[in-house]
Amino acid sequence: MSAVTQTGQAAPGDVPARGLTAGRGLADRTFRWLALGSGLLVLVILVLIAITTTQQASSWFATEGWGIFGTTWNPSANQFGALPFIYGTAVTGVIALIISVPVSLGIALLLTEVVPYRRARPIVYVVDLLAVVPSVVWGLWGILVFAPWVQHIYASIGSGVNGIPVLGSLFGPPTSGASFFTAGIILAFMITPIVTSLSREVIATVPSIDREGAYALGATRWEMIRGVVWPHSQGGVVGAVLLGLGRAVGETIAAALVIGSSPTISSHLFAPGYNMPAVIANQFGEATGVQRSGLMGLGVLLFVFTIIINVIARATVERSARRMRGA
Amino acid sequence: MTAVAEPGRADLREPAGWRRTKNRIMTVLMYAAFVLTIVPLVFVLYTVIAKGASIISWQFLTAEIPFNVAPANVGGMGPAILGTIEITALASVMAVPLGVLGAIYLNEYGGKNRNLLARFLGFLADVMTGVPSIIMGLFIFSIWVLYFQFSGFAGALALGCLMLPIVIRSTEEMLKLVPDSLREGSYALGATKSRVTLTVVLPAALGGIVSGVLLAIARAAGETAPLLFTILTVTAANPNVFSGPNTSLPSQIFVNASSPYSGAQARGWGAALTLIAIAFVLMITARLVTARFDRFSR
Repeated sequence: MSAVTQTGQAAPGDVPARGLTAGRGLADRTFRWLALGSGLLVLVILVLIAITTTQQASSWFATEGWGIFGTTWNPSANQFGALPFIYGTAVTGVIALIISVPVSLGIALLLTEVVPYRRARPIVYVVDLLAVVPSVVWGLWGILVFAPWVQHIYASIGSGVNGIPVLGSLFGPPTSGASFFTAGIILAFMITPIVTSLSREVIATVPSIDREGAYALGATRWEMIRGVVWPHSQGGVVGAVLLGLGRAVGETIAAALVIGSSPTISSHLFAPGYNMPAVIANQFGEATGVQRSGLMGLGVLLFVFTIIINVIARATVERSARRMRGA
Repeated sequence: MTAVAEPGRADLREPAGWRRTKNRIMTVLMYAAFVLTIVPLVFVLYTVIAKGASIISWQFLTAEIPFNVAPANVGGMGPAILGTIEITALASVMAVPLGVLGAIYLNEYGGKNRNLLARFLGFLADVMTGVPSIIMGLFIFSIWVLYFQFSGFAGALALGCLMLPIVIRSTEEMLKLVPDSLREGSYALGATKSRVTLTVVLPAALGGIVSGVLLAIARAAGETAPLLFTILTVTAANPNVFSGPNTSLPSQIFVNASSPYSGAQARGWGAALTLIAIAFVLMITARLVTARFDRFSR
């Protein structure tokens, strides 16, 4: 293919061919540069994000030093420690994964191994519908409908486990409808479609000859899944889960509405908390000075976290895909 | 486990006992996982439709946004709908051509086995899809709003940043599906690369590209976080997308969801139903386009 292009580009210098290709070289080259420029735009934007946000956050990094990882965020006392938000981000992300991953894997296996193709399509549509519901609608529903409803369940669980060593400090009182756990549940709903579709893609690459081999040896479907599908798709599924984590960590508006907006580090999962995107969304509008810079700094940290998670996830997916092709 | 088959005849019966039970349990669990995702979906859609349908009317879709304390039957979401359409359209105008061109570079100029740059840029586009939407808002705030004030255009820039990698990735997938024989045939006729790409490859992949673009637009139309610090969310209508603060449906839902007044909450549900309706229309159109082109290309 490239040899043909070369001829096309070289042609304008070639006198006899001039009639055929006159003026084409320029248009061709312009188009090539346009395409390259658009491709490079991704790199440019990512670099600019890193530079401009870090610049805006510099006064927070400068005034707080290592204090940026302090445990107190209290704008009226000029204390801007980010740890409560980092903690909240980690806790809600983990809750979301614990709920979403088994469900997503279940649906992915259902789609690839159990139901026939024709009946799989509607299921895919339904799961994708979860992704069509905008974040803010999840938030609206979460705070006005789900949180008040789930509050009673939290309260009864809370009084049930009160005093029991570990469970008591995780699920005991004080309980509140808007909490780490509610945010985790809502985030789980939101990341299920992406984890499902990525796992499904990975699982679909398992060679059918391996599947048939397992069945021929008399394996049940579940034994085939454990013996053939899982070892093959393990790496890719880990990548899919990490990408889901990346989404959960960055989801802003739904979390901002249902997490309870309290910058505390608490082991109580039913207690109100805060996470990084939510505090930026809620406070940035009114913030000035170091607080604004601090919120921008939280953005920088969030950017770095999600970039790291995404790079690892994509590399994992890619590596397992390459291994599959090699096999 | 069970009775050993006679020599020469395979035992094709389903294995009995614990193995069978376990297999059944796991299959049931897989179906249960699906049911578990339907429940919240139905719950959300039901609530939004039940609470939103009663407030939606022509007046709701066009009237000014009233004060929070106003009862449910006063005013509407006109400015927010106008803002959403303006901002999303402007974002698409910027992001879609650039995204398609970017994808063309990745797939058409990257070469058969992908040169290093094309591979790297493709990887970055993947990574960029994972950047939280609020970061795009902060980015446009620091690079644009600080110097040129809040405007619908700033919001469109933020949404455009969000859409760009999605458009690149979905378009690239579609370009990959175009058979090489089409390209080779056009080269054999003496066409240049740009001509082959624009008149042969793009039209062949058009259905898939349009459907991917529509899904990206649907995603952007529902985003709130990139708009928070770029359009400022006012209540007055602002037809001029290039200057002055603006508003949008998702931003209004966000404001109304945190409001204690029942009238404001009711308008929030109405806005949510409108927003979901817009997203659904885009998604269904995307499906129809795909289906149509699928049949066409077969």
